Amino acid sequence: MMPEATVPMEHALIVAALLFGIGLFGLMLRRNIIFMLMALEVMLNGAALAFIAAAAHWGNPDGQVMFLFILSIAAAEVSVGLGLVLQMRRQIRSLDMNDASQLRG
Amino acid sequence: MQLLLTLVPGLPLLSATLLLLVGRHLPKAMVTACGVGSIGLAGIAVALLLNQWLISPEPFSVTLWQWLSVGSFRVDIALHLDQLSIIWLCTITGIGFLIHLYSSEYMAEDSDYSRYFAYLNLFVASMLVLVLADNLLLLFLGWEGVGLCSYLLIGFWYQDAANGAAARKAFLWTRAGDAAMAVGLFLLVAEFSSLDIHEVVAGAQLAWVEGSFLPNVACALIFAGAVGKSAQLPLQTWLPDAMAGPTPVSALIHAATMVTAGIYLLARLNGLYILAPAVLSVVAMIGMITAVVAAFAALAQHDIKRILAYSTISQLGYMFLALGVQAWDAGILHMMTHAFFKALLFLAAGAVIECLHHEQDIRRMGGLRSRLPVPFWSFLIGSAALAALPFTAGFASKDLILLRVWSSGPEGALLWSGAAVGAFITALYSFKLIFVVFFGDINTEPTRQPGWRMAIPLGVLAFFSIVGGFISLPLDSVVPLANEEPPHGLIAMVTAGIPIVGVLVAYLLFGRQWIRDLAGPMHSTVGTWLAAFWHGGWGMDTLYRRTLVQPYTALARGLRNEPIDVLVNLIAWITTQFHLGLAATQNGQLRRYIAIMVVGLILMLSLVDGGAS
Repeated sequence: MMPEATVPMEHALIVAALLFGIGLFGLMLRRNIIFMLMALEVMLNGAALAFIAAAAHWGNPDGQVMFLFILSIAAAEVSVGLGLVLQMRRQIRSLDMNDASQLRG
Repeated sequence: MQLLLTLVPGLPLLSATLLLLVGRHLPKAMVTACGVGSIGLAGIAVALLLNQWLISPEPFSVTLWQWLSVGSFRVDIALHLDQLSIIWLCTITGIGFLIHLYSSEYMAEDSDYSRYFAYLNLFVASMLVLVLADNLLLLFLGWEGVGLCSYLLIGFWYQDAANGAAARKAFLWTRAGDAAMAVGLFLLVAEFSSLDIHEVVAGAQLAWVEGSFLPNVACALIFAGAVGKSAQLPLQTWLPDAMAGPTPVSALIHAATMVTAGIYLLARLNGLYILAPAVLSVVAMIGMITAVVAAFAALAQHDIKRILAYSTISQLGYMFLALGVQAWDAGILHMMTHAFFKALLFLAAGAVIECLHHEQDIRRMGGLRSRLPVPFWSFLIGSAALAALPFTAGFASKDLILLRVWSSGPEGALLWSGAAVGAFITALYSFKLIFVVFFGDINTEPTRQPGWRMAIPLGVLAFFSIVGGFISLPLDSVVPLANEEPPHGLIAMVTAGIPIVGVLVAYLLFGRQWIRDLAGPMHSTVGTWLAAFWHGGWGMDTLYRRTLVQPYTALARGLRNEPIDVLVNLIAWITTQFHLGLAATQNGQLRRYIAIMVVGLILMLSLVDGGAS
């Protein structure tokens, strides 16, 4: 039996897709690297929300586990990302992603 | 005996090596002692050998070491002395020594004195190896060695680009003949698996039928080498240009010795050539045509050395004519007498040139008879011998050739008449030279007189140019001799009389001022055209330039842009363009990468979706 007052999975998935989309557009449009990292976090949250919704829908705890993984990955990613931001600031004296194009062919 | 024979080519080679290595640092007197002395010692060795030979005429060989050995094919560095090689030995070392002595004065002022003697000694060594070689490969080594020295000495004054061009021309033309000769030698190796001259000739006489295909091909190929080396039609154009070298070089290499290597080769292989009568008649025909053509060309030249060069071509033609009608002994005798009188003429011409401040144009000479008595008398004797006036060496040999040609068979009369025309022109141009250079009015005053080192060689050669014809050459063991006596009677008188008529005509045309003024027909259009045509050597140079040199340079110019490579380069170009296009996408803009990834992802997802539904 499904609990009465639940949010339908479709709604949760729409929110997750919106979060993912907002994050993606943020990643593509923002030039500041800190904002880009934040956008990345938003995308991760979107994905995580999708897992939670699916887990709740099918009553399967694997989704919850996956959320914990995503959470730890996001923490690790942020720590590495902020380290890179510090290096970027130090090496090219800018936080604009367009300035960090030394790898052009 | 054996040691002496080894020393004959060994001494000049040793001296050449020494001079090439350290000659630059030696004092001039030392260089002279080395350069002239080594040839002198080789000459003494030859004299001792000759002395021994006259006591016991036994041919013998010296094997120095084994050169190479492949299976049953084996070549030694071996020298062989017999009647034929001893004649050439005497000529080379004798005349070679005189010319070296002459050079020590002629080249005294040159800054490259030691290099000159090094090359000249190397030449003598190569030439001696050529005539002493026991096998055809060693002969070929000497053959190429003299070609190399000829190249080095023609281009001796290399600062002038024209001399370098003349040297290259001589080298390339003789190389054209040598390539054919090498093929001929390969054929002999393939047939007899040996290059030993006696084995080859003996094997050919056993295995080959007279007049069949193989002997004709082999003889024709080897004859092509002789044509190149001895400047016969159609490979003769290098010799007049070879006069760019120092005059003693022209005397030694391009008159007395190297150019007679072709005669030596044919005489040496006479056993082979007898099997190819068709080739022999070609030899005779080419010799006759060359003799006439070159004589006419000599008539129209103005440069004293070019006159003598064309005259050398013409006289070599007589030698080939003699060999072609199997008058081997007459051809060899003419080789020897020609070496005497042509070396004499060149050395006398060199003395005139040197005394007139390097003036070579005979139109600016004249009246030198009393001013330069030594060159005058040398020239007179040399020209008399060249024209084959009676009682000279040239008469003895050339008269013999013409008479042998007359009695040589069905073609004899035709060949004789061609050769007789040549003999008439020879007398005409050789005495034209005398009358123009030594008689008439003085044009240029000589500034000096030849010294003793020039005068002695001139005197000795002049002596031999008169008596050289009376030396009877023993040739019975190396070439077949004609049994019958040369014909007597009317034909002998006509043959002897032709040069005298030529001299008289030369006197009338060039010796008398009043007749020169009257000589209207000479200045007609046809006369001028003919003179220009002959002056250019019958247009052969122009012909070769048009048909060979110009197409080749045009081809080279076309190939300079490498048309074949365009296709390969096109592929490389396309690849490079792809590379540049792909590299342009790697612009280092992270946000652009993200956008492209997203677009790609969407496309892929839509494809997957489309496939699933």
